[in-house]
Amino acid sequence: MSHGHDHEHELLPQAIRTEAIESLLLEKGLLTPNAVDEVIARYAERIGPMNGAKIVAKAWKDPEFKKRLLDNGTDAIEEFDLEGGQVEKLVVVENTPTEHNAVVCTLCSCYPWAVLGLPPKWYKDPAYRSRIVREPRKVLAEMGLELASDVSIKVWDSSAEVRYMVLPMPPEHLSDEVLAQQSEAQLAELISRDSMIGVEVLG
Amino acid sequence: MAEDTEGSFSADGSSFAEGSMPLEGRAAPPMANGEVIFEAPWQGRAFGLARVLCEAGHYSWDEFREHLIANIAHWESDNQGEPYQYFDCFLSALMELLDQTGLCQSEALGVREAEFTARPHDH
Repeated sequence: MSHGHDHEHELLPQAIRTEAIESLLLEKGLLTPNAVDEVIARYAERIGPMNGAKIVAKAWKDPEFKKRLLDNGTDAIEEFDLEGGQVEKLVVVENTPTEHNAVVCTLCSCYPWAVLGLPPKWYKDPAYRSRIVREPRKVLAEMGLELASDVSIKVWDSSAEVRYMVLPMPPEHLSDEVLAQQSEAQLAELISRDSMIGVEVLG
Repeated sequence: MAEDTEGSFSADGSSFAEGSMPLEGRAAPPMANGEVIFEAPWQGRAFGLARVLCEAGHYSWDEFREHLIANIAHWESDNQGEPYQYFDCFLSALMELLDQTGLCQSEALGVREAEFTARPHDH
């Protein structure tokens, strides 16, 4: 997280403002000294796309779980006992050979934290937020994902109430046999964050 | 196009090209966020502050989100052509909400900021 230029950043008015807020809240007893560090550590270390990857791997191996996941994502992921709490309602959308899904939050930065961690910078960027809705095929191509013209694209706009995650297809080279042999933990290693946002297809 | 960009993965997202999407090349590995989420320590502190106060029940994340949406919309109507600074919007949203809820009023914050700004730098 630090680049060796922290002292430069810390002179920014935003840095002074943040420090001032924290010091006032500490004095008022609204914060405990380690509270902010603990939250940052939680998001940096324990809440991240590995949670989503485990869920996808299980769905690849277990058709019954996959059905439950697609029917009601919120209920289906309960067994994973995830921290993060930001998934009020999780809707999982499945990629197929003929339909591709991608996720956005057009108004701000809503994202399924519990399963994917915090969003990447480009997810919050005005260019992605507005263009992925208007010209999804072009934007995905710019991000390195060229979809065949017979694949339809659906873009899902996240909100306070509903967060979306894409269930990517397993990599094409992965035969059913290999899929059956590999453990969920092994498969999870293959699953990228971007494939679960829907801006990448696993190759 | 994908082939051209795969080699130029930029861990901090700085490969953002004007007028086009930021190109990340291959996706981040699943076991980590895969990139720097906060570009400066204050951004992490601001995020942590916003979450701690929400988790303590001082406001709901929905309320925070309303302020964030308004600040982002305001930026987008005012700053065309400027590089987008998401966490500036985030910090403004937090300040508004702190003022509105009385957790930390703008006047007190302004005084504290002035004190901190006047501190001698130790380097």
